[in-house]
Amino acid sequence: MKTIDFQIRRQDDPYSPPYWQSFSIPYRNGHNVVSALMIIRENPITQEGHHVDPVAWEFNCMEEVCGACSMVINGHPRQACSTLVDTLEQPIRLEPLSKFPVIRDLMVDRSRIFSDLKKVRAWIEIDGAWDIHQGAPRVSPEAWKDNYLYSRCMSCGCCMEACPQYGDTEDFVGPASLAAVRLMNAHPTGQYHKTQRLHAIMAEGGLSDCGNAQNCVRVCPKEIPLTTAIGELGRQITLQMMKDLLGKSE
Amino acid sequence: MKRPRKVIIIGGGLGGLWSALRVAEAGFQVDLFSLFEVKRSHSVCAQGGINACFDTKGERDSIWQHTVDTLKGGAYLANQPPVKSMCEEAPGLIHTFERMGVTFSRTAEGLMDLRLFGGVKNRRTVFAGASTGQQLLYGVDQEVRRQESLGRIRKFEWWEFLSLVLDGQDTCKGITAMNLRTLEIKSFRADAVILATGGMGQTYGHRSTNSTNSTGAAACRVYQQGAWFANTEFFQFHPTAMLGDDKTRLMSEAARGEGGRIWVPQDPEDTRRPTEIPEQDRFYFLESWFPSYGNTVPRDVASRAIWRVVHEMGLGVGGEHKVYLDLTHLNPGFIEQRLHAILDIYRKFHGADPVHEPMEIYPSAHYAMGGLWVDFEKDVSSGGMKPGSQRNHATNIPGLYACGECDYGYHGANRLGANSLLSASFSGRVAGEAVAAYLKGLQDDLQTVPEYKYLNEVARQQAINQSLMDSRGEENPYALHHELGELMSSRVGVVRDNDVLRQAIDDLSELEERSLRINLQETNSWSNQGLAYTRQLQEMIRLGRVIAASALARDECRGAHYKPALDLTIPENTYPGDPAYEKYREAWKRQNKDWLKTTIASAGETGPVISYQPVDLSVLSPEEPRDYR
Repeated sequence: MKTIDFQIRRQDDPYSPPYWQSFSIPYRNGHNVVSALMIIRENPITQEGHHVDPVAWEFNCMEEVCGACSMVINGHPRQACSTLVDTLEQPIRLEPLSKFPVIRDLMVDRSRIFSDLKKVRAWIEIDGAWDIHQGAPRVSPEAWKDNYLYSRCMSCGCCMEACPQYGDTEDFVGPASLAAVRLMNAHPTGQYHKTQRLHAIMAEGGLSDCGNAQNCVRVCPKEIPLTTAIGELGRQITLQMMKDLLGKSE
Repeated sequence: MKRPRKVIIIGGGLGGLWSALRVAEAGFQVDLFSLFEVKRSHSVCAQGGINACFDTKGERDSIWQHTVDTLKGGAYLANQPPVKSMCEEAPGLIHTFERMGVTFSRTAEGLMDLRLFGGVKNRRTVFAGASTGQQLLYGVDQEVRRQESLGRIRKFEWWEFLSLVLDGQDTCKGITAMNLRTLEIKSFRADAVILATGGMGQTYGHRSTNSTNSTGAAACRVYQQGAWFANTEFFQFHPTAMLGDDKTRLMSEAARGEGGRIWVPQDPEDTRRPTEIPEQDRFYFLESWFPSYGNTVPRDVASRAIWRVVHEMGLGVGGEHKVYLDLTHLNPGFIEQRLHAILDIYRKFHGADPVHEPMEIYPSAHYAMGGLWVDFEKDVSSGGMKPGSQRNHATNIPGLYACGECDYGYHGANRLGANSLLSASFSGRVAGEAVAAYLKGLQDDLQTVPEYKYLNEVARQQAINQSLMDSRGEENPYALHHELGELMSSRVGVVRDNDVLRQAIDDLSELEERSLRINLQETNSWSNQGLAYTRQLQEMIRLGRVIAASALARDECRGAHYKPALDLTIPENTYPGDPAYEKYREAWKRQNKDWLKTTIASAGETGPVISYQPVDLSVLSPEEPRDYR
């Protein structure tokens, strides 16, 4: 019988050592990594025939839009739901993202992504979420086209996993948070607080930590031009530094 | 010093985050609970857009027309004052999203662009590519993060809501919740609770477009504690979902709005590739049956038409349950820009390119029009909903509010496309404001609620967990969920029959019993996903019974609820004024007299107890039947 074979890195809790287990499921056309993991959890028996605890992993939308199911698949950080089994070499090796603390098995704690978004002030300052009885400024279709690319970032963590500078002992906020600054700085009223955001990424853990390896842009499942954003921010920061030197504020 | 009033919000999708903002802005402390990081909520899956009348396409669109389309599209079942307010406030709401930084698609002049959606004749849908829900959620998520950094909102991510804590007067004074990592169950005091827990599509299992966390479990838990469900028999089947074994993935209605056509080969045995089948050998059944609206008929109409073509006429592609959704005649550059996100999903999951090859689609469980019953206060002067009233979005349990897909508010018997992002956002905003009003009028001190109320509820929940962990039955929760999905989609689905529904209710009771004889197959109690899953599964089965019982009780066809034996069809080739049509109109009005009422389901000893409430029809009197021909 044709099978799909997996090697999965297991870890029972954050403090216990990792170990590997192998599983096989019957081949079926169209399986993705999440649908295959669902088959395994229904009947978690290893290739050796041992009954083990089901594999824990995170998933939700299964349409590659929520960002939940990131993991390292055959050495590459990807969304498990949109990774079709037929495109992979077997045995398929599944590991948790290595740049975040493991919770259990393939689940990791990505809360740092969201605290970094706070650090770089990735929001537009509005007086309140009420109606102000007037429209917001217009946006040119060209500017929209560029901005829309960045607004699809789902905080999945793949770019951070691939980045040599991002790590659990480093402060670097990583490519996604930088791209968020690029997006917010381009908003018609978001520009008003550009200086604050630039200062946030001029501090430790900011843009200067980028080593320009360009791995991020290669792994982003949404094909976000992260390195373009980083380049643009470099120019914005140069201007900001000159303004800061001359004592001018916006 | 007086303690600041505290509000617990459960769910971090559009409804939950909007309500969190409005409660925090009113100066109250918010604790926001979610099963996962809020940014991953199911709102991100909405694709096509959000409706608001801007009339920037020279079509003389109006807010009144938006209101009429929504009420009529819902077969007049929605209470009308809230719908009126929602449509009136939609443009202002969109402008607020713009201010938050949402990247709406633009025209050459830099205005928000509009696209066509189903059940309407004017372009009224603003959108951000084909990932509108994602963009809207991120906009509000950013603002919530800002409030979080100011200390006004605290997040409890990876916590699952289990139950309400009620005081001696049965007023909601807090919740119990389970930490999904440690499985610890704790109680939390609150002066008010807002449930914004989204849809219940997982009741239809893998035959749904919903995310795996959209189980309806939270709503079902408060139902068992006394909250009412309303109109749960109205479940929307989205006509155009990708086929799939693990889930059916949504292909936005925007695909039809932008010019996509639905067809089948005239001969189901036709073995040619779809692109090689000439026009004369194709059957564009929507265009043929509904020449006026064509491919953009409302979803319930489109789903039933597909059902008819496949099941009654035997014309499914290759004899299977599927039809074509065709974009190949459209300009590739245009559709790439407007629909990139969904084209990408199809390419990634199906391996074919919709630009060159028609997509294969079939209807799938998509959206619950019904949900928790919520109140509203009518504003006599405007005819809409009274702004700032504490009755708006209040459930029948004092202190408990509901908003978003988990309530039943705005869509009647069928939701129009691109009205869900609107109702989720609008209802969240209204619920947040209502809770602020409720708290301002609140006299009692939260600390006077005796501690044992909380301890007892925690103990009850711990006992449920323990019995599941100890259970060594023979049932597998994942296999049971699969059975539930098959049962619900085949017997409580697009087409319904009373005998089949009765059988389904019996089978659901049996399924519920089996779900108590479970084997979790797992010893590790750290981040044990099977336990939470099984508890949700039990709720989904109970919810299935509520849906089926409500469906059995309603003996008519209305919107998404369809019993062929009771169908009143418009006589062919007749129009208003024709005697045959007028006879039909009379029959339709008699049916409204009997059935134009809200279904209420409350939890009884042996199952759901069904009763009815009148519908507020003060905005648009039901004189015109739905007619999309």
